[in-house]
Amino acid sequence: MASASLWRYAARRVLLALPALAGVVVVTFVITRMLPGDPALYYAGQVDSFASVDEIRHRMGLDRPLPLQFVAYVDDLAHGDLGQSLSTGQPVGRELIQRLPASFELMASALSLALLIAVPLGVMAATRPGSWIDHACRLIGTAGVSLPTFFTGLLLIYVFYYVAGWAPAPVGRFPSFMRPPPSITGMILIDSLLAGDLDKFQAALGQIALPALTMALFALAPLTRMTRAAMLGVLSSDFVRQARANGAPRLHLLFVTALRNGLLPVVTTLGMIASSMLGANVLVERVFAWPGVGSYALDAMVSLDYAPLQGFVLVMSVVYVLINLGIDILYGVIDPRVRFEA
Amino acid sequence: MLRRDLLRTTGALLSADALSLLRVTPASAQSRAETLLVVVEVGQNSLDPQGLGVNQATLGVTWNLYDRLIGFGVKTLPDGNASFDFDHLVPELAESWTTAADGGSVTFRLRPDATFHDGSKVTAADVKWSLDRAVSNPAPASQMRAGGLEKPEQFVVLDEHTIRVDLPAHSKLSLPDLAVIQPSVFNAKLCQAHATTDDPWALNWAKTNTAGSGAYTLESWTPRQETVLARNESWRGGKLPFFKRIVIREIPSSGNRRALLERGDADLSFDLPPRDFADLARDAKLTVLGVPAPNTFQYVGMNTHTKPFDDVRVRQAVAWALPYDKIFDTALQGRGRKLFGGPAAPVGNEWPQPFPYHTDPDRAKALLAEAGLAGGFETTLAFDLGTASVDEPVCLFIQEALAGIGIKAAINRLPPGQLRGSIGSRQQPLYLFSFGAWFDVPEYFFFLLYDGKLNGPSNGASYANQAVDAAIDTARNTSDPEAYAAALRTMFTAAMTDVPYVPLAQPFVNVAMQKSISGFVNMFHRQLDYRPLHRG
Repeated sequence: MASASLWRYAARRVLLALPALAGVVVVTFVITRMLPGDPALYYAGQVDSFASVDEIRHRMGLDRPLPLQFVAYVDDLAHGDLGQSLSTGQPVGRELIQRLPASFELMASALSLALLIAVPLGVMAATRPGSWIDHACRLIGTAGVSLPTFFTGLLLIYVFYYVAGWAPAPVGRFPSFMRPPPSITGMILIDSLLAGDLDKFQAALGQIALPALTMALFALAPLTRMTRAAMLGVLSSDFVRQARANGAPRLHLLFVTALRNGLLPVVTTLGMIASSMLGANVLVERVFAWPGVGSYALDAMVSLDYAPLQGFVLVMSVVYVLINLGIDILYGVIDPRVRFEA
Repeated sequence: MLRRDLLRTTGALLSADALSLLRVTPASAQSRAETLLVVVEVGQNSLDPQGLGVNQATLGVTWNLYDRLIGFGVKTLPDGNASFDFDHLVPELAESWTTAADGGSVTFRLRPDATFHDGSKVTAADVKWSLDRAVSNPAPASQMRAGGLEKPEQFVVLDEHTIRVDLPAHSKLSLPDLAVIQPSVFNAKLCQAHATTDDPWALNWAKTNTAGSGAYTLESWTPRQETVLARNESWRGGKLPFFKRIVIREIPSSGNRRALLERGDADLSFDLPPRDFADLARDAKLTVLGVPAPNTFQYVGMNTHTKPFDDVRVRQAVAWALPYDKIFDTALQGRGRKLFGGPAAPVGNEWPQPFPYHTDPDRAKALLAEAGLAGGFETTLAFDLGTASVDEPVCLFIQEALAGIGIKAAINRLPPGQLRGSIGSRQQPLYLFSFGAWFDVPEYFFFLLYDGKLNGPSNGASYANQAVDAAIDTARNTSDPEAYAAALRTMFTAAMTDVPYVPLAQPFVNVAMQKSISGFVNMFHRQLDYRPLHRG
């Protein structure tokens, strides 16, 4: 019964998102056309005359009236075609499918790392408010938020690669002279395990370590603070006092009884961080030559490349809808009182 | 199930060990020595040298994937660097050529043994199809026109290995125009197999596939990440290159490109900011070369159709006010050739050459007063954020210096790549940009930048001067050295007196590479030619 209502709920949420996605299609089309600059002049390069520019504009289909261009765009979308990127020469759909796993892998690694540090730290800070660990927690939080990620990234590269030589060269997802494993999920860490190639797994792990750490440092602050605040509330509540009076073991009390009840706001924060890490992570991606979706969209924007920009916004809205849905379902798993009403 | 997993994992562990052993064997050290690892900011967006909207990197990679009929020779510059020789053409796919007595045509004889990457023979029909393609599509056609190559009828197949190119007018640029990137020779049968009725020239297919006969074949291409080229062992267009593989990695951050070079994890980079090249040159751990980019200058442009820059005295005032030395030493880090402080009149046929201006604020103020603008005026100064690491400090220096003579210039930062379009649509009264012409002859530079009849996209100043237009025509068509020199003198003098464009420097084409690597030859396209490079 419960799972049936869950499915109904999920289906309803997805249906409700459809009008929003339609709006996204219209708005991104209009906004990209409002970007300053003339793509025909941009892509014409150094041509001799304006007649050549006009012919190039015609070949690009940009001399047609906007409504006609929009109809053509929607028609392509209906056939599952997101168009072609001018700045990479590749179909947008294929590129996004290649790049999303790269962003996702980085986001997942960074969030796991951040959670592993933030949750215990937040719990410990909440149990001893005002202690050194609480201050340390505040310091890490402030530092993580106030240091821009590109700066942390460059600093980590400087220390661990340039000076110490511990980290591998920051050349992206995979070392220069190694072939990546055959792509199954698109996530190299998982693909190399599936291929049973530990050497490649280790290489990929080395490449992802610094960018994941950079992003984790950024995510640490909100997660630690949220955990601390939530735990402070829960720890002073009646049911925890009751459990403690009954002699529940301390670790069980903290990490099972109390934490599970304090987890909801942490999960909400996690969802927000995950969404922004996936799409708005341009700086880290550029610093580490990471081929993610964020830098793809930025490159498209500066080169007046409409198709990838539209495709990116559309795909990211779908991803946001799915992440929010996932978070809502996670609520139900954590807190049995949450009901999914269709 | 479990046992199989266990076996697989054990196997993987064993093979991992085997691999790590392999890495230190001499064989792999050998292959590393024969591999060149290049780090670049941006890679190609297409594999078609005749494609629409292709970027600079496309020109670079296709230069190595495709052959032309002929190429440029190599000369040693006075500073010891090697450069392409515009006046010396050498055979590539053509083993010889003869120009008709009346100059109305050139007949090329193809090498009989040249083959495309798929093994098929390079024939005159392939050459014709490729040249037809070049003049029939807007992107390459603009370049082809420069050499008087405009219609497919001009390319006549005489037999399987002979092709004649008809030239309607005697043009000095026709032959060099066959040695640039656009007239690359395609495998016509392979392309035609992928052509459609909507796309008779297989433009879509050639974006992501190659059909050349060049010194390198494409091993793999992952856009915005990596391109791997492999040596074409049966290349006949010249001496077989040293490097068996070229790995091109895209590293967007210039700081990281530098770090990779310094740590020895990359072999070569040619797109760092001038400051990094200057630092690396001082450190002397790497080989750093700087070759003045032929027929190129970095300049401050003023729209001669916008008040108050329509007054030549105002333009001259700006030219006398610019802080040349500060810009050259601090922002450009000396990575270029000075184009200021020259003699009062032009000297010789060389272009670009130093203009007579130097920093003299009093003279600038006097000229402004003469123009009735003693109180100064307000304007904007535009630059492109794509080159901000150099251009932003340059603009700040200019802003400061102009303020000294009463001109308040608000800096206008345009998103990367958009200044060219903005100049094309004549929106900028005052801007910082650079311009280079592939053909290393002044008249072609003037045709694109200064010609009022053409008034093309590059002429952001909308400069028009009938005497200059006539001189450009003369210089392009005359074969009399004296008339040529006189025409150039007219052009150069007008450029220096009317100053629609004030040059700052002739920038360097820079390259930083490991000490073990040599053989760099600067090409007109300012991208890398991998063929002459070698290690050891």
